[in-house]
Amino acid sequence: MKLLAALSAFLTGAILIYGTLFMPPFGDPKAPAHTHVAPRYIARALEETEVPNIVTAILADYRGYDTLGETTVIFTAGVSVILLLRRNKK
Amino acid sequence: MDKGYDDIIVKTISRLMIPFIQLYALYVILHGHYSPGGGFQGGVILGASIILFALAFGRETALEVFKEKVLLVLCGIGVIIYAGAGYLCLLSGGNYLDYGKAPFFHPPYIRSFMIMVVEIGVGITVMAVMASIFFALSRRE
Repeated sequence: MKLLAALSAFLTGAILIYGTLFMPPFGDPKAPAHTHVAPRYIARALEETEVPNIVTAILADYRGYDTLGETTVIFTAGVSVILLLRRNKK
Repeated sequence: MDKGYDDIIVKTISRLMIPFIQLYALYVILHGHYSPGGGFQGGVILGASIILFALAFGRETALEVFKEKVLLVLCGIGVIIYAGAGYLCLLSGGNYLDYGKAPFFHPPYIRSFMIMVVEIGVGITVMAVMASIFFALSRRE
């Protein structure tokens, strides 16, 4: 059983490493991540969001739902830790 | 009983540094839309200043200043500020979290103002969660 677990872990790792071989090179201007939405953000973030910091413009404006979810995740994590660790005296 | 770290150097330096750490955290939150930073980073720095206070002066002293119940309420208030900023935009016919449509304030800087409001909400939640987790983990019994 241990052998089976080790084998499946090794196999999953090997498949994941094999998958990274087809990633575009680091900093490649023709990579898909740099050709679809990134040029539009760089060109129009200032006029559309009135914020000179593009990172904040994407984080809080274009992807506001995402950041709302992240905040909720942090809130949930904090409340869970407190619920697990806090013991009220009776 | 818990008097914190028993060293005059640590206590004096903490006393000197904590106000500046908190001021810098507020700068990182409120200036996050112009310079690197934002709610998450500034909230973590603010939470770290509370943890430094608790380490230097003792957990019980820190709990007298930052009550655990207040911190727990602050966790929720941050999320409510963020979600409320979204609902504010619904009031005047915009989409949820479409800052340009928010009422009461008017262009041209309405969007960056609403981003600042949202970052304040994120900062409050992150600060309160950091401090709450530290106080929950450092419980003795």
